[in-house]
Formats: sequence, C-alpha cells, structure tokens
Amino acid sequence: MIAYLIKRVFQAIAVMLVISLIGFAIQGNLGDPLRELLGQSVSEQVRQQLRDELGLNDPFLVQYMRFLGNAIQGDLGTSYFFKEPALEVILKKLPATLELVFGATVIIIGLSIPLGVFTAIRPNAVFSRLILALSIVGLSIPVFLTAILMIFAFSVELGWMPSFGRGEVVHVFGYWQTNFATKDGWVHIIMPSIALSSIMLPMFIRLIRAEMIEVLQSEYVRYAQAKGIAPWRIYFVHALKNTLLPVITVGGVQIGTMVAYTILTETVFSWPGMGSMFLEAVNRVDTPLIVAYLIVVGFIFVVTNTIVDLIYGLVNPTIKLGRMGA
Amino acid sequence: MFRFKNCVASLAMVTALAGPAFAEVSVKVAYDADPVSLDPYEQLSGGTLQLNHMTFDPLVRWTQDLQFEGRLAESWEQIDATTMRFKLREGVTFHSGNAFTAKDIDWTFDRVKESPDFKGIFAPFTDVEVVDDYTIDLKTAEPFPLVLHTATYLFAMDSAYYAGTTADGKDKAEIVKHGDSFASRNISGTGPFVVSEREQGVKVVFDRFDGYWDTASEGNVDEIILTPIKEDPTRVAALLSGDVDFIAPVPPTDLSRVEQAEGVNLITMAGTRIITFQMNQERVEAFKDPKVRLAIDYAVNNAGIVDRIMRGFGTVGAQASPEGYAGYIDTLDARYDVEKAKELMAEAGYADGFTVSMMAPNNRYVNDDKIAQAVASMLSKIGIKVDLQTLPKAQYWPEFDARAADMMMIGWHADTEDSANFHQFLSACPDAETGNGQYNSGNYCNPEADKLMDLANTETDLAKRSAYLQQLEQILSDEAAFIPLHWQNLAWGAKEGMNASEIVNALNFPYFGDLKVSE
Repeated sequence: MIAYLIKRVFQAIAVMLVISLIGFAIQGNLGDPLRELLGQSVSEQVRQQLRDELGLNDPFLVQYMRFLGNAIQGDLGTSYFFKEPALEVILKKLPATLELVFGATVIIIGLSIPLGVFTAIRPNAVFSRLILALSIVGLSIPVFLTAILMIFAFSVELGWMPSFGRGEVVHVFGYWQTNFATKDGWVHIIMPSIALSSIMLPMFIRLIRAEMIEVLQSEYVRYAQAKGIAPWRIYFVHALKNTLLPVITVGGVQIGTMVAYTILTETVFSWPGMGSMFLEAVNRVDTPLIVAYLIVVGFIFVVTNTIVDLIYGLVNPTIKLGRMGA
Repeated sequence: MFRFKNCVASLAMVTALAGPAFAEVSVKVAYDADPVSLDPYEQLSGGTLQLNHMTFDPLVRWTQDLQFEGRLAESWEQIDATTMRFKLREGVTFHSGNAFTAKDIDWTFDRVKESPDFKGIFAPFTDVEVVDDYTIDLKTAEPFPLVLHTATYLFAMDSAYYAGTTADGKDKAEIVKHGDSFASRNISGTGPFVVSEREQGVKVVFDRFDGYWDTASEGNVDEIILTPIKEDPTRVAALLSGDVDFIAPVPPTDLSRVEQAEGVNLITMAGTRIITFQMNQERVEAFKDPKVRLAIDYAVNNAGIVDRIMRGFGTVGAQASPEGYAGYIDTLDARYDVEKAKELMAEAGYADGFTVSMMAPNNRYVNDDKIAQAVASMLSKIGIKVDLQTLPKAQYWPEFDARAADMMMIGWHADTEDSANFHQFLSACPDAETGNGQYNSGNYCNPEADKLMDLANTETDLAKRSAYLQQLEQILSDEAAFIPLHWQNLAWGAKEGMNASEIVNALNFPYFGDLKVSE
C-alpha cells in the first residue's frame, strides 16, 4: 500500500513535468500576450521593452528552467490578467468548480443507479424505453447547447431560474465559498449542475443497465432467485455490487472528462470557476495561468485515479494494489 | 423591476429615520468583460475608460453630439500658440477626502507621461504648469489642434493618496503592466462612484460617492453591480430574464430579439470604428497598381455586407473618418459596380485575375470572419481567387505584425477621435522611427498624403485643418489606399425606465453618474 502510494507520487510528478513541458511548448503558438496587455497604438519599442521585462525574449530552455526553478518553490508564475500568483487564482476558483462537479455527481449517482437498474430489470416497460430514448438525446446534444436551451426555457421564457452566476454565496473557510448555504445559492447551482450532468447521466444509465443485464444472467443470481431471496435484495445488494466495478473504473476516468466539460458549462452560465477562467485565459493568452491550470488539472487526474484504485480494493478485495502500479 | 432595497424590514432603521422609508436604486450591469485594473492609466482600452468615467473625472468630456463639456475644468482659453489655460473647479473632493487642486492635475500628467499605453496620446504635450491652486497651463511643443481632445484623457488622480510607498516598499504611484501594484487595486478619484467591492472576473460593486461635486447632476443611482458575462447568449438572456438591467454589447444576432422583447429597450448608435481591408503592395505586385485596388473596391459590396451580415448593424463606409470628424467628406459614396471592376482589372492587365492570400481575425470585430468570407467570394467574381484564413485575435495580431498575408483585415478607432489618427496608423508611409504606419500592412505610401497629415497636426485653425484632412481623405479614396467597409454600430440593451439612452455615447463609455432611473 505504502509502496504503491510512493510509486504514485513519483508518477504524479512525472506526469506534471510532462504537462508543464507541453504547456510551455505550446504557449508560443497561443498568440502574443502583449496584445492583451498593451493598447493597440503602443509603439514597437515599448512592446519590446515589456517583452524583455517579462523574459519572453529568452530562449525556450532558459524560460523553462526559470519556470521549473520557481515551480519547485511553489511559484507557478503570475497571471497577467489577475496580477496574482497563478496557483492562487486557480485555488480561489477551484471551490466553485468543485461544487458544480459535486452537484452534477449527486445528480448522476442519484439518478443513474435507480434508472439503470430499472431499465435492466424491466427492459420492456414504457418508462424504460422512454428513459433510453431520452438518454440518446442527452448523449447527442452538446453541453453548451443544452445549457443555452435551458437558460432560454427556464430563465427567459418561464422566469423560474436565474440565468447566470453563483448567486449568494456564504464563506466557509479559506477560499471556499459555498452555494449550498442559501436558497439563492441552491437555485443558482441547479441548472449548471443539470447541464454538466447531461452527458454523463445517460452514459451511466446505459452502463449500469448493460452491466446489470449481464449480471442478472449469472449463476449466483439464478441461485439466489431459486433460494427465494426477495427480488429487491437480489437486485440492489447482490447484483448491483458486482455491476459497480466497471462503473467505478469508467467513473474515475470520467471525472476528468467532467473537468473538461466544466469549461463549457461554466462559460455559458458565467460560473466563476476555473473552467471559465481557463477559456478566458486562453483568449487573453495569459500563459502563466494556462500552464498552471494544466498542471493543476493533471494533478486532479492523478489524484482521482489513485482514489479510484483504492476504492477498487474496497469493492473487490481480490484485487491487489501492488500489481496495479502501472 | 429594479431592486429597491427597502429598509422597512428593519424597524429600528425606520424609527431612526422617522420619515418616509428611503429606497436605494441599484442597477445591475453586464458587460462582456470587467476592467483589467483599477489603475486609470495602466491599459488604454474601452474597459479602462468606462471605469474611469465612473470613478474619476476628466478635465473635459465628450457630449452625445461630440462637443466638449467641462468637468474638472470650468473654462479654458488659448493664451498663446502652444498654451491652453484651464480654470479648474473649486470645492471638488476625492474619494479619500483630500481636496482636489491644480497640483493633482500636474501630478497626474507626469504619471501619464510614464504610462506605456497613454504616453503616445500625450506625446505632443510638454508640461503642465501650475499657475495657482485652480489654474493650470497645458503646454505643447508645437501648436497643437487637439488639446481638448486629449484633455478628455486627463483624469485627475488623488496625488496625496497615491504618494509614498506600500508596506512592502513599492512606490504607490508606479504603473505595472504585469503583476501587482498599489494603483491597480486601490482607487481614489473624484468621480460619481467609489469601488466598494471587487472580485476580478466576477463582479465590481460601485457605491455612489456621497461627496460628489456635481450636485447639479440628476443621477439617482446609489449602487451599480457590474458583472462580466462573456457569452453573448447568456448576457442577452440575463437581460431578458430580468437578472440584469443593462447590457453591452448586444450581439447583432439578438438585436431584433432585444428590440421586440417587452420591458426592454434596444439603444443603438453609429460607432466610430472603421473596418477595412489592406492590400499588401510589398507582397503582391498587382496591388501597386491603383486600378487593381480600385477594382477591388468596386467589387466589394459594402452595403450588402452591412445589410446581410451585419443585419443593418453598421454604417456603410467609403472612408476612414466617420461623420462628425474633421476629415469626413459627405459626398463620398461606397463604390460598387462589378462590371466596372472587371474593366479596371482588364485595363491593368489582369483580366484573368490572380490568387492572393487573406487573413482576418474571428473574434475581434463583429462578424469579422463572415465579412472576410463575403469579401473573398465577392473578389472571386472579378477573377481574384482568395485563399482565406481566419484566426483568433490572440494569434492574428502576431501574423498581422509579420504582414503574413496579401490582404489583411483591420478595424480602427481613433483614440483622439480625430481623422489624422486613422492615417497616421493605417495608411501613412511606414516608418519605424516615428511609428507612422504601424498598422499599414498594405505598405501604401504617398508622401503627399503624409504632408497633409503633418500640416493638419500643427494647424490650429479648425477650418483650414479640416480642409487638409478632407484633401487627405480624398487622395486615399481616389487611390483606393485601402478598402473601407463600414463603421461598426454600438448597441446597448436596457430595462425600460432606465433612461439609458440619455447617458450613452458613440465613444462607448456611458456616464453612469448622470443616470436617472425612473422610480
């Protein structure tokens, strides 16, 4: 276990080094940050002077080494736009994104398990067919379109929901301000959460359904049925447990994908998280912030995958972590 | 409905006031971006100027019909060829409580001269001389016709407030383009609003300044909450659903929607930003021939672009200067005649046409990529095959600087609100020394035109000056120095009863201090 974790830490460092190198290599192609820093009619001399000050005229390796040197001391550079350490900017925006991901996850878990199980055990029911048809629709509409349609239906036409932002947030500690403490905050997080879950939810319903159908045909389920165990117990205790393993695997990978979808969802809803911040950073060519974001997201990936592996062991004790190091 | 924070809720408050419960007028504004910094001279951009007009006051400002109106200056007079004397307003206080005097203008002027973004505008000026506490002389090296134009950029900063050093030993007055500075986070101006809360990229809250000098202003807004909403559909939805009271810009696709929506008004105004294409004579031999350039101008249907692509959200242009500018010629009409264009191409010896490359941004100007596509297809009708590439602005500008394509799009707004500025940057002979023609990717060069610009730049007789600039504009038009397309319109969306049409202007910095919301 300890050996496994240490191995993982080294892996994480390697992953982040690679990400930082890639991030650094592409920044030259993102455009000229000075265009966003300076007015249009500023002379070329002034531009060059600022470029020198920012160290942008140095060779690639010099810039990268300087970055690594600072990064070891926990400094990932200073955002051009926010004028604050990039890591700090991201940490400030992180809680908003995590709350959104949390909201979407609750919706996904809360709905996909009962719906997935139901569609598996009653494949011919009208409700099951309806769910499956809707899941196709959900899978095929892009997140930003779902989000915009929701805003126009529920905010503009019906006037039930707020159209943008986080609403009233309550400070918890540190940089964490929560949506879940006020009614206004709750109302604001509902639509973005649904929009963010709109791709994952149908996918998980289908995944759980497929796994469930397979498990229901296995010997031990038939045996349990023959033994006369109550059906709900068979479905939700014995069968479900065995469908979860692949679901957790996919889920772990998908949390990463979800971070990517927050970029779209947050942008459409003007949600002040790190997803919308990243897209704006790209538009503004705020390179220190872009590189820092990539590193942080890489870190989140590594951490979630490690946690998934650990959960694996809990769900299925026959799996040995030591052999999963790769 | 506006949010009227009724204080009736608090009983104690009502008893304390012992009068009618007062209602606070709060206005929620959504722009596409929030200001980069609180420093009025860090970045020359629309966002900064919008902020400056809320929190600071300039010496003079533009009115809706592009006249000058005194703000911190009560009156002004030319005392000799290179000196303008301003009488300053007395009894003005800064947000910090310090009194405003001539030394603040002097101090601000020195600071502006250090600002990379603004020093260009102030280049003709040499000094501010303090005559007495409420009188200053603004001096130029040569006779300069645009003293008042430039004085609209002189926002008095609180010299005592920005003096000294911060806890970590940094000069409070320093202008930092990247990284932290005192002035980018702290603010003390004389303007109608104080910044009471700011979370960058999320919101800025402005409260009315109790000690504002302009008691004659009918403005009655107590609080403004500015939220950046970058996505166009969301910004429009926020207005239509009543979550915000005022938005800018309204995207062309939603103009009719906002116009027809109940309880919401659409306000539009002709803007001053000209959208053009430049033809690079260095890269393409054919572009050296004015006939070819004219043929292109004849082939491009400006009115069609405004009508179909801009959905009427632009003013058809045939020159750089918009109406109201000194160089504007009202007899110039946009050329459009495909047959004539073909004839010109044949006359120039290019009857079979040729192939050129074209580049345009895709997120800088309204519908920029669609305009470029339209122009490309119009040119194909006269045999010019266009190889078009559109890029996000961040990548476009380095390409533009490298003059990477034969035809490149550029939009320009004159910071000085003056005709000479267009020529200086877009069509003057490129000269690294003087900075002229910095954005002249066409490499068009006509010394005669440049001479007219130089004459205009030192001519203080406005009628004479206007004649020079019109001659200049005529030359550029006759030789088709570039292809003018249209001036982008401006559009704001506001809730009914906001009376927002009273405070907007073609320069796109609404004077929120004067906003009088109907209650």
